[in-house]
Amino acid sequence: MEISSFKAVSDTVKSSAAAEDTGWIVHHILDSKQILGLFSLPEIHLFGIDLTITNHVFFMWLASILMIFGFTRLVKNYKTSLVPKGFSNFLEVIIVFVKDEIARPTIGKGYERFLPYLLTVFFFILTCNFLGLVPFGSTATSNISVTATLATISFVVIQAGGMMKNGVVGYFKGLIPHGVPTWLLPIMFVVEILGLFTKPFALAIRLFANMTAGHIVILALIGLIFILKTIFVAPVSVSFAIFIYLLEILVALIQAYIFTMLSSLFIGMAVHQDH
Amino acid sequence: MLAFAKLALLAFISGGEQQGGLLDVNPGLMIWTIVTFVALLLILTKLAWKPILSSLSERENFIRESLEKAEVAQKEAQKMISDNQASLAKAEEEAQKIIEQARDYAENLKSQIVNESKEEAKKMIEKASDEIERKNQEAFSELREQVADIAVQAAEKIILENLDKEKQRKIVDKFINELSKN
Repeated sequence: MEISSFKAVSDTVKSSAAAEDTGWIVHHILDSKQILGLFSLPEIHLFGIDLTITNHVFFMWLASILMIFGFTRLVKNYKTSLVPKGFSNFLEVIIVFVKDEIARPTIGKGYERFLPYLLTVFFFILTCNFLGLVPFGSTATSNISVTATLATISFVVIQAGGMMKNGVVGYFKGLIPHGVPTWLLPIMFVVEILGLFTKPFALAIRLFANMTAGHIVILALIGLIFILKTIFVAPVSVSFAIFIYLLEILVALIQAYIFTMLSSLFIGMAVHQDH
Repeated sequence: MLAFAKLALLAFISGGEQQGGLLDVNPGLMIWTIVTFVALLLILTKLAWKPILSSLSERENFIRESLEKAEVAQKEAQKMISDNQASLAKAEEEAQKIIEQARDYAENLKSQIVNESKEEAKKMIEKASDEIERKNQEAFSELREQVADIAVQAAEKIILENLDKEKQRKIVDKFINELSKN
């Protein structure tokens, strides 16, 4: 009797906790029409698509405004002196890093053409990632729609870059490696075409999963206090949450780097197909 | 472990179904993302990337040129130093040569002067001795004349008392002539 009642209680607690838990966490990660959780903008519907400005759109715009502000300051700084100071200097270090450590080695000759795209994508992802770590902030890059769109743009840039360099026909011919037996060509062609799509797909999933995972872990750790309804778990929860938060700073940097690095690498592979 | 992960993922996906799942794709958001990103790309390319990248390459060129210039200047300076050293050495050599020449000249001049003065002195001595000889001769002949006169006078005085003047004179002249012949 006692055992069965205990079991029943624990089951209900578990199920309710599970239901509440996931709903609560996902609610905090998902996009919402409430901007900053404070107000909502009028809904816009065009051609059957919901074009309402959501929280994530708001944060993307915030990131864009911050970037435009920061980089125009750097340009202004350059006009007075070729040696930047302070925050501008920090921005310049990252720009030079993207230019000399990401674009130049992976793309090689003619890398300057892709530099604006790579710099924009790097700083956009970085800023969005960091905005998610600010209190009351929201991570636009932890939304699969955003990452999928960024990956799609990356895909377009990769293909356009390859086709502009090698010609449309030459590009598709160059997809198949040299020395493949004739009877394998149809299969290889299909595999390579599939490969073109899996690359950006992986980019999208990687960025989305990495940016989501950290938030889920932090929310779960903090949620532990309320689910277990005890204050004694708080020190453990909070210290772990801080650790994950610090880890997330690292992840925010790494994911921006990886997305840019892989995009650059794929551009390089599309432009210089012979190796 | 894997089953747990799958279960967790399923829970997240299905758990959010009331509000839209974690993997739900929102076309409106995608359109906004494209619009935002492309606008940002265009704006930043125009406002930021082009001026920044041109400034960077300008600075790179400036640094490279400065280094090259510095290298050229250093080489020039090195060359100038070696040139200077060479000309200095040459000047020193020249000076040494001039001093040597001057010393030789002085030496020659000195010996010449010494020789000349020696010769001069010799000549003067010779001349002086000649003069002395001549004076001696003169004095001697004068003396002889005087001696003769005195002798004559003396003889006259003597002979005046013994002979007449004519005879005496003849005798004395004869005597003197004999004397001078000797």
